Amino acid sequence: MDIVVTALLVIGLVFFTGGGVGILRLPDFYTRLHPAGKLDTLGSLMMMMGVAVFNLHHFTWGALLTSLKIILIVVFIFLSSPTATHSIVDAGVRAGLVPWTKKERRE
Amino acid sequence: MDTQTQRKYVYEPSKTTEPDFPSTSRPKGSPFFAHLITFLILFSLWILLSGKFDLFHLSLGIISCIIITLISGDLLFPESKTKGLIRSWLLFLKYIPWLLYQIILANLHILYLVFHPRMMELIDPEIIKFQSKLKKELSLVTFANSITLTPGTITVYVSVDGNFHVHSIDKKSAEPLPGEMESKVARAFGEQ
Amino acid sequence: MHYIFLYTGLFLCLLMVLSLYRAVFGPTVLDRLIGANAIGSKTVVLLILIGLIYKRVDMFVDIAMAYAMLNFIAVLAASRYFQKKKGLL
Repeated sequence: MDIVVTALLVIGLVFFTGGGVGILRLPDFYTRLHPAGKLDTLGSLMMMMGVAVFNLHHFTWGALLTSLKIILIVVFIFLSSPTATHSIVDAGVRAGLVPWTKKERRE
Repeated sequence: MDTQTQRKYVYEPSKTTEPDFPSTSRPKGSPFFAHLITFLILFSLWILLSGKFDLFHLSLGIISCIIITLISGDLLFPESKTKGLIRSWLLFLKYIPWLLYQIILANLHILYLVFHPRMMELIDPEIIKFQSKLKKELSLVTFANSITLTPGTITVYVSVDGNFHVHSIDKKSAEPLPGEMESKVARAFGEQ
Repeated sequence: MHYIFLYTGLFLCLLMVLSLYRAVFGPTVLDRLIGANAIGSKTVVLLILIGLIYKRVDMFVDIAMAYAMLNFIAVLAASRYFQKKKGLL
């Protein structure tokens, strides 16, 4: 059981690391949104699943309720994260930011 | 301030006037079933969030859920057609595992891109426009959110009649765009 | 198992510092918003890990849920506010 929990936590951390590195490395605002909005979503899904499984280690009804609450947070993140991403993109488009393209495409 | 005059780039949404929202007059059939389902969803949410099972808290929950249901009972199921409701929810539940599988595949692709040493040559951002065949607002919203959740693509703009502008990070994630996911969403919401 | 949660939380804090770079030095306002959003989504996980370390998950879960909603509403409000501004570049 501990191995499953640790594996889920480590996979989540890998996704979170990808999100953090992607925010630093990518060239402009539109491309930075790709790792920031979505690698973080899947990373939090993995880590929350790991925590929920660990919480059910000693089964009680209170622990089951807590795990259900954690799953409710995951569902809320999955609903709200695309909405937040779309809202930031919309603000960028209306403010008139030009998307970064490759050099040969620019000419 | 007029936001239309501030838009100046090529990929901007077209200036055609969007059609009005569909008329909000609802059929006057008995909305009892929709109210019952709304009440059950709200009450299960109450139990989950409070976590107390004595009589006092349960009666408080029943009273407040009845008040909320009377005020906004037609928010979740606005058509109040009770016939295909359960079947459509089952179809939607069948859509979710496919979406999760798709999300994991695309996340691995983005992870490969981000950690690649020559990343700047691999990425090729562009804005794609296409016209969707979907009609209902709920399926349009679900399709747009699914596009945004699949990494490599972000929905920039979507109009009421199904005009999509999508920002994609490279060629590989831009290719399969209007294809399979749209037909899956159409099947999940009964539009074929 | 206790130490695994502790070091996971510490690594998450390190990743928050990475995002904080973008939130402080970002060229535009919206870049800073992206950095703040990334920090918020890591904080939700970190709160539950803190709850596991102190063995009070049932209390910290509610705080994490409230923080997730607050993060979402803050990002929505900030981006709605900045889209009316022209000179944010």
